[in-house]
Amino acid sequence: MKKHMLKRFFSVPSDGIATLVTVTLLTIFLLAIIIPLIWMCISAFKSTNEIFTNIWGLPEKWLVSNYITAWNTGIAKYFMNSVLVTVSTVALNLIVCSLMAFTLSINKIRFKAFFTMLAVMGMMFSPIVSMFPLYQEIQTLGLYNKRLSLILVYTAYQIPMSFMVIYAFFRNIDKSYLDAARIDGARDMTILFKVFVPLSASIFMVSVVLTGFYAWNEFSFALVFVKEDALKTIPVGLLAFQGEMYSDWGVLLAGLVISALPLILLFIFAQKYFVAGLSAGGVKG
Amino acid sequence: MRLKRTGAYLYLLPAILLLLVFMYYPIINNFIYSFLKWDLFKGTKTFIGFKNYLDLFHDESFFVALMNNIRYVLISLLFQVGVALIFAAVIEQFRHKCIAAFYRTVLFIPTLISLTVIGLLFSFIYKTDGLLNSFLQLIGLGHIARGWLGDAGTAIYSVIAVSQWKSIGYTMMLLCVAIQRIPNEIYEAAIIDGVTKLRRFKDVTVPLISDMIAISVVINISGGLLVFNEIYVMTNGGPYGSSEVLSTLMYKNAFVHGKVGYASAIAIVILLLSVFFFALQRLIERRGDAE
Repeated sequence: MKKHMLKRFFSVPSDGIATLVTVTLLTIFLLAIIIPLIWMCISAFKSTNEIFTNIWGLPEKWLVSNYITAWNTGIAKYFMNSVLVTVSTVALNLIVCSLMAFTLSINKIRFKAFFTMLAVMGMMFSPIVSMFPLYQEIQTLGLYNKRLSLILVYTAYQIPMSFMVIYAFFRNIDKSYLDAARIDGARDMTILFKVFVPLSASIFMVSVVLTGFYAWNEFSFALVFVKEDALKTIPVGLLAFQGEMYSDWGVLLAGLVISALPLILLFIFAQKYFVAGLSAGGVKG
Repeated sequence: MRLKRTGAYLYLLPAILLLLVFMYYPIINNFIYSFLKWDLFKGTKTFIGFKNYLDLFHDESFFVALMNNIRYVLISLLFQVGVALIFAAVIEQFRHKCIAAFYRTVLFIPTLISLTVIGLLFSFIYKTDGLLNSFLQLIGLGHIARGWLGDAGTAIYSVIAVSQWKSIGYTMMLLCVAIQRIPNEIYEAAIIDGVTKLRRFKDVTVPLISDMIAISVVINISGGLLVFNEIYVMTNGGPYGSSEVLSTLMYKNAFVHGKVGYASAIAIVILLLSVFFFALQRLIERRGDAE
């Protein structure tokens, strides 16, 4: 971006120089972020040979076949596993957290503070710490090498964040009609689905986006719970893919692009939910 | 009525069960394991008390790893709090909101991409004949070109750099959101009083978003202490253990060497550190709510 153009976006000329310096740095940083990403997308169309001989230029011939090869030689199965694990985790997490938040917000529950704390305290237990004991447990439970192991563990580790977000919202839903509804014989489940759920679409989206983000990118559990290549999710499957495609960088890069796309698309369509959930602390990898 | 009561507790059951089985039980086990001398491959287990913890203090690789975590934390604080704060302040002052949104969005994109993808991409960028060296030659700095991840002197810093590249947009977004919440009138009053931009940043913006800054500090500290994925993908602790961090050391002890007790002791150290900083964050948030 040219300097005189930048100036137009700025007010208060007295601080012009300091501002120009920061904006220039900011723009350099922006380029440092965007160039490797664009380079990845474009180089994924090149032959391996061309990636090394023509490192900066556009491909002489755009090899769409790289993307097709990447998809067919492994990425498709990892992708499908990731979709399955992510969708199941998101759904299960939403259900268990909503049920818990719901009953805590409308019923007189004994030890309410204890149950709340049990969920919220989970925030401080980083998954990495429990890697080995969980690995043992997963084997004992007969879940080793099953995608279900990932779904259950991911669901559990996202409960603190999801529960907090949903509970904070449920608590503030107006309860004045509750007694009336109950006298009319409405059951809890009916109240949950007829009253709470319709009001909560946007808060559910926050939880969906954050949990989806976590499940799609999670690495350490996926590394140790699943051994069979056909069951691996993208973050771990890519390592095997790299091993196979080591001599074919174009295909490898295409695989990387395909793996990164879904969340970028999700972000573009659900940006406000991402941002709303950021301070809940769920997104940083 | 009695039946309904039990029903109310049934709603809690799935979430509580999942938490107990997959979160709390493994942590208790972790404590127990850390007091054992447990060889996974021989299948021998003996109780040895605190010996694993004492051994940590005589283990050079433990201190190498801890130092790398500290480097990670310090550099992350510099970029993801310091630089990100300045960037956030500048971006929020853009006159054209769509340009501000463009900068925010682009800087945030790497946060969304899996660390494996980014790790593999940068393994290529850092190669001897990779993108970075080619760029250095282009701008006349060819003499510092090297295999960045294969050099014991640069490996850990190269990985840390990737982490900054990936995450600066995250804290920046947090800080941007906080800045947007500052009422416009405060800035307008400051402008009328002729307060310079720099002073406005120092005396208005920073104090008013101090809670979010504190949260960013804690996020980066725990992030730096827990880092695993990018190290595993890019260097796996090498060369010669120079880029080992606590989590990779733990992983290797447990899954590669089968020294479960020792690995669990490392895990407990990580746990205590992260619990400490988590408690700190809660404290800051509570103080923020009270105000």
